[in-house]
Amino acid sequence: MAPPRRPVESGVPDPMPFMHPLLRKNYGTWRWHERPRPGVLRHVAASGDEVWTVKAGTQRQLDVYTVRALCAIATDLADGHLRFTTRSNVEFMVGAAERVDPLIARLEAEGFPVGGTGNSVSMISHTQGWLHCDIPGTDASGVVKALMDAVHHEFTHEEMPNKVKITTSCCQINCGGQGDIAINIQHTKPPKINHDLVAGVCERPAVVARCPVAAIRPAMVNGKPSLEVDEAKCVCCGACYPPCPPMQINDPVHSKLAIWVGGKHSSTRSKPTFHKLVAAGIPNNPPRWPEATEIVLTILDAYKSGAKPWERVGEWVERIGWARFFEETGLPFTKYHVDNWRGSRGSLNSSAHLHF
Amino acid sequence: MSMEMPKTPMLDQLESGPWPSFVSGLKRLAQSEDKSYAPMMKDLLGQLERSYQTRKGYWKGGTIGVVGYGAGVIPRFSELKDEFPASAEFHTLRIMPPAGMHYTAEILSQLCDIWEKYGSGLIALHGQSGDIMFQGIRSENVQPCFDEMNELGFDLGGAGAGVRTSISCVGAARCEHSCFDEARAMRMLVNAFLDEMHRPSLPYKFKFKVSGCANDCANAIQRSDFAVIGTWRDEIQADQDEIRRIVARRGRKWLIDQVITLCPSHALSLNDDDSLDIANHDCVRCMHCINVLTKALSPGRVRGATVLIGGKRTLKIGDLMGSVVAPFLRLESDEDYEALLDLARRVMDFFIDNALEHERTGEMIERIGLVNFLEGIGLEVDPNMIRHPRTNSYVRTDGWDEEAAKWKARHGAAE
Repeated sequence: MAPPRRPVESGVPDPMPFMHPLLRKNYGTWRWHERPRPGVLRHVAASGDEVWTVKAGTQRQLDVYTVRALCAIATDLADGHLRFTTRSNVEFMVGAAERVDPLIARLEAEGFPVGGTGNSVSMISHTQGWLHCDIPGTDASGVVKALMDAVHHEFTHEEMPNKVKITTSCCQINCGGQGDIAINIQHTKPPKINHDLVAGVCERPAVVARCPVAAIRPAMVNGKPSLEVDEAKCVCCGACYPPCPPMQINDPVHSKLAIWVGGKHSSTRSKPTFHKLVAAGIPNNPPRWPEATEIVLTILDAYKSGAKPWERVGEWVERIGWARFFEETGLPFTKYHVDNWRGSRGSLNSSAHLHF
Repeated sequence: MSMEMPKTPMLDQLESGPWPSFVSGLKRLAQSEDKSYAPMMKDLLGQLERSYQTRKGYWKGGTIGVVGYGAGVIPRFSELKDEFPASAEFHTLRIMPPAGMHYTAEILSQLCDIWEKYGSGLIALHGQSGDIMFQGIRSENVQPCFDEMNELGFDLGGAGAGVRTSISCVGAARCEHSCFDEARAMRMLVNAFLDEMHRPSLPYKFKFKVSGCANDCANAIQRSDFAVIGTWRDEIQADQDEIRRIVARRGRKWLIDQVITLCPSHALSLNDDDSLDIANHDCVRCMHCINVLTKALSPGRVRGATVLIGGKRTLKIGDLMGSVVAPFLRLESDEDYEALLDLARRVMDFFIDNALEHERTGEMIERIGLVNFLEGIGLEVDPNMIRHPRTNSYVRTDGWDEEAAKWKARHGAAE
């Protein structure tokens, strides 16, 4: 028998062989850019070369037919090259202004919305959800599809005060990341433990160590080694579920959605920030999650009409104050908004600055 | 005889509306009767519809790999394998894309060909860590599928307690803000640690991410243990004639409201002759004015990067930002890039030796304090590493004179 093939540990591929020739030629020598219309960027290099980029949204979870359709568009209209952004938008580059309109027409005809540039709501960055995650509290692609349908106009236009980055996460680990607006699962009940399975499936000390609030301890249940949860201490985070699936955290009724605002990762103007909780207890309601969608649209409307140019969502709230944020969005303010995690006193108002 | 399409009344509702529908894509694959994956995708749709009805997930992990590697394949076994046997195994291959996610139509088509032969036909471009995620493959097909992709020049990405797949922004390929060669830095860092990626044995995951300026398009500061973010040391390059043209076109109020008053360190003012007065010593390199006045302003000429350590998501102590450990590393010569890699090696060694099991770098620093970490990796303290000095007087300062002398020696040497 032949020995097994050993992998070639080639690592991250060199992008140069795949890069559009104009990008390769002008690598590192770009001078400035403008956005002639939503979804289109015009970059000018020191050499005088121009590259026009047309950006379009995709569903991220792509069937090969869709990937091949994008490849055909690249072959027919964009010199055979394309690239993707971190938010799953696709970009086609061409060297002349007159090649832009045919690209837009073709993309739109094939159902790919052109936009996502400048001060728009770009594609939602998201996780795997029910489609492929092993610990999901909700779906990801479905929530995103429902939301992107609802904000389609804001993707294809640049009418926001600044860019809006939305994220979704199907558990509280928040793999979808920080966002101007984030829609994340929020468990509200402690895990339900199948004590018959724990000893056989879970490495118990590792599970005990995983709990952020030390609420899990080893126990004998019905004569079997298992784990028990101090339910008064438990913060329902679900961190025990991945290393110990018999500690089921997902619940069809009690796993809710929560909405967070004001996350920002750029250091542009203000320093980067984490998003803050603004709404919870929202039903996890497939297939279109109308309750969550409505709250997102309410927040977007308030931001769009209230923020000054270039203010990101978090910067806008910082200026108007949280009292007015809750007033303008009509969202209730509760005791759950007041942080009690470590370092939480830093989030309290220790001043005589008040908003009325 | 072909299987029937499952009834999917809930998923069907995600086929309407203007945004492209992943459900329509799943159905196209399920209805590809000439393809081996049609039954798999029918059962996948059946299971997904079940999740929509019950609001529960049905995937479990396991152990699947390729010869020579201990990571990079995400195993998924269905708890509903009796009902949906064709998608009972639905593993993911994480494949690293070219830096900057540049493709030719040809290479993407070739990857599709391989994936149609062995897998489900479903591809995510891209996952949150930056991988091409080839989703849906049976165990016995994993090795031949990887072998063909590997022959084409692609390699598996990371998973588990190892170095993970990375992202760099579009950077020098198409952005005038680029402060170094982002693709080079990212490839250099990841490719130096392939052993830690492919045979994971770190305390926990370790992520590199690379952005060419403070706009941080790769989201390095929040998503990576080792963030490299471009910046410059000298003065913003300004074309004052272009500033005057902009003022003539858009007005002084526009420039004042949208640029000058938004400068976070009040480093800008408008001169009487409509040129821009920039107090570079006050500038924090935030990028706002350069973003808005891209034709008139550019980063300086002495370019490089800041390194921030310890960003991560919520598990287990809450989200953490990266924090500065190297305020400025010049990134121009080969030696400069080598120095960045050397720093990464020191950070990795320290992480391996000192982090607890399942502890990220940010959590380790939270536990041991930044100063211990800096001493461990051989970096000196710098005021750019803090928001403000300590406010609590309960600290031993009996080494003060020695430390002050070190600062003076360094400070003298720098001038």
